[in-house]
Amino acid sequence: MAEFFTASVLVTTFAAGVRLAMPFLLAALGETLGQRSGVLNLGVDGVMLIGAFFAYWTVLETDSRLGGIAVGLLVGLAMGVLYAVVTLVFHAEQGISGIGIFLFGLGMSELLFQELVGTPFPIPALTEVAIPLLSDIPGLGDMLFNHSLLVYVGVVLVVVFTWVINRSTFGLNLRAVGENPEAADSLGVSVVRTRAIAILIGNALAGMAGAALTIELGTFQNNLTNGIGFIAVALVYFGAWRPLGVLAGSFLYGLVTATVTQLKVLDIVSGAAASLTTTAPAVLTVLALAVIARRTASQPAALTVPFERRR
Amino acid sequence: MTTQPENGPEAETNSGSTSASGTSVANTSVSGALLEMRGITKRFPGVLANDSVSFDVQGGEVHTLLGENGAGKSTLMKILFGMYSADAGEVLLEGRPVDVSSPSAAIEAGIGMIHQHFMLVPTLTVTENVALGLPHGVRPDLDVVRSRVGELSEQYGLAVDPDVYVWQLAVGERQRVEILKALYREIRLLVLDEPTAVLTPQEVDDFFVTLRALADDGRGLIFISHKLHEVMALSDRITVLRDGRVVGSTTPGETDRQELAEMMVGRQVKLASVQRQPADSSGESNPADLDYDARPANDARLVVTALDVAGDRDGVPPAVRGLSLEVAPGEILGVAGVSGNGQRELAEAIAGLRRPLTGSITLDGFELVGASPQRIRRSGLSFVPEERMRDGAIGDFSVSENLMLVDHGEPAHAVRGWLKLGALNKRAVDLVDRYQIKTPDVSTPTSSLSGGNIQKMIMARELSSGPSVLLAAQPTRGVDVGAAEYIHERLLAQRDEGTAVIVISEDLDEVLALADRIMVMFEGRVVGTVHRDRCTVEQLGLMMAGG
Repeated sequence: MAEFFTASVLVTTFAAGVRLAMPFLLAALGETLGQRSGVLNLGVDGVMLIGAFFAYWTVLETDSRLGGIAVGLLVGLAMGVLYAVVTLVFHAEQGISGIGIFLFGLGMSELLFQELVGTPFPIPALTEVAIPLLSDIPGLGDMLFNHSLLVYVGVVLVVVFTWVINRSTFGLNLRAVGENPEAADSLGVSVVRTRAIAILIGNALAGMAGAALTIELGTFQNNLTNGIGFIAVALVYFGAWRPLGVLAGSFLYGLVTATVTQLKVLDIVSGAAASLTTTAPAVLTVLALAVIARRTASQPAALTVPFERRR
Repeated sequence: MTTQPENGPEAETNSGSTSASGTSVANTSVSGALLEMRGITKRFPGVLANDSVSFDVQGGEVHTLLGENGAGKSTLMKILFGMYSADAGEVLLEGRPVDVSSPSAAIEAGIGMIHQHFMLVPTLTVTENVALGLPHGVRPDLDVVRSRVGELSEQYGLAVDPDVYVWQLAVGERQRVEILKALYREIRLLVLDEPTAVLTPQEVDDFFVTLRALADDGRGLIFISHKLHEVMALSDRITVLRDGRVVGSTTPGETDRQELAEMMVGRQVKLASVQRQPADSSGESNPADLDYDARPANDARLVVTALDVAGDRDGVPPAVRGLSLEVAPGEILGVAGVSGNGQRELAEAIAGLRRPLTGSITLDGFELVGASPQRIRRSGLSFVPEERMRDGAIGDFSVSENLMLVDHGEPAHAVRGWLKLGALNKRAVDLVDRYQIKTPDVSTPTSSLSGGNIQKMIMARELSSGPSVLLAAQPTRGVDVGAAEYIHERLLAQRDEGTAVIVISEDLDEVLALADRIMVMFEGRVVGTVHRDRCTVEQLGLMMAGG
């Protein structure tokens, strides 16, 4: 155990945790926006998978990592269009249609991978961008300020989302539509449009989260996400529908995942114990939700309730 | 909507004195009318909700739309506000056809509506609620909205703190926010759908002063109510709807409550509130003489002691606080109070649907706190819930199935878990007959019945067990006059048979018509309990405001 508590291992583990947190963060931020508008999307994991595959394929074919991320985002957007039509036009039951989206993404990404690639060739990771001065701080510099662009984008998005939700006109509409869509409608706020925008941005971010994951891992495989999208949905509850809360939860998950990996690498835990520690994030989710579940006051009142004006 | 220039002067010169002249006759244009609805027809599956209804409002007048539930008032107003689209007919504002295809189009045209169920977002502040939906840039200009809200509330006596969250406001304050929302949008026509249901009698007086001020500034007001004394006090004109048709228009000077009630129902009625006026409403009785701790004449059967019950929201005081009450056999205890002062939570606690924080509820000495709803029912309590389609009946079930919900397990109705459907159906047919429930058949789905008949069905089920305590919450809310009359008779008959009855109602007239003693609740506490025959409406109103 002592070999884990050395400065270099701790710094490396923490830095890895920050990187690993990004797929959680991007997906959960997107889901936060959707849920604040009153739409639950259980299909995040599927959107991540299909976004991850297309991003992986793009990088494999073109060598452009930023191109891969852009493609992941666009594929997510396309899935968002599908989900918006299903939930807003056809008023489908959100829980079930989300599961449909997940299964679609899971199956489609596997199929495309088998047909188009077949072998999991490695792809290059994103290069790190050191922030001048800050990255020179011993320890802290490597932990926080020597990361790929994606990490900085994720953190900036937290600030942007906080501002948009709480201060902007769109955010006012978003909160109103998620709490009392009839009231918003009676004042001329378009419930469908507001929710559609939230769904599109949310799914685009999920696709981008998939891209971030495949590039971070440097490869693709079937069911690459291994449930990250579902944990992202849980993180929205954990973070009480606030971007900052979601950030805290995502870091927690990234760090736990990195620690578990590091413990296995150092052979501190092995065999069955190693497999057991892999369940740590899931156990954490259940524990966190059991505690958080009491605080349902901040849940958007119209979450999962379709809106339909009677004609 | 840009083709809609301000045409105020015309409307304003016609306002005021001409208000009584324009009795509505179908298809003739009413000169200078602010609003005209011509030949509005709306069909829902199986119902003709509006049958060629014509209706107009002058600037500066309060025009009341009167009718029973289901008469078509709400449908007509929802068409005006763009929530439904009419199958036929047209809407004219200041003589020009106007697009009311959506609420936002209606708002742009200058039409505002105060809905019966408030259209507010509880998690937003007052200012944010007003700002919602206004044209803004990327950021809403909340400072501008806040100061304008301040001016408007000053001008019309609508005091409310612009920076508190709406969920923190009392019901009366929320209504003011609704009016501020409409005023902010410079509406010329304001629709008020049963706005006084949530107010105490004194608040109603202030509210009417505000409404009159709004009309005096040239706006047209449409007032929807079924409280006849309010209609008589406020209206310039009254139009009565029945079964989707206009049955007549009149003015308060030309009619009285009795006649209005008969126009609404289309037959002779006995008005409970006319029959039995309060002891003295001229204000001569001395409040000091009033016994604020009136006790039942006999030994109590149901005793509630020091009850605390939590509401739905965390972090606020309990909805019911330190409440005690007693009810004796053969009396009706009326529980009065403005909506949202803990009545619902009290009812649910007594019925076993909501676990109290502390306190005790005993029925003939048997402790009900902690007992299951089934056990509570077996000990002799019957419950007619406030939300009848949520807690009282299952819409998709047939009348017969709903009638057996409570006692299908009794040996007379089931053998080793198998229902005796023949016997149950026979009983259902009998109950439908005895309680005058209008239904084609006992196998008809309950949701297709009218509100009044569903309530009669629930009463039939609850009374047929011969309860020793009957708890009825809002027994005639949303029920037509005929059914309400019948339900009142039944409640009085049940009392005369020796049942201890509690009637919880936000309708003070109803409480006055039924109760022997009246308990007034405010913010979860008992303000006082008085004998029905020794109090005035004014005193009760003060108590309802917490005094």
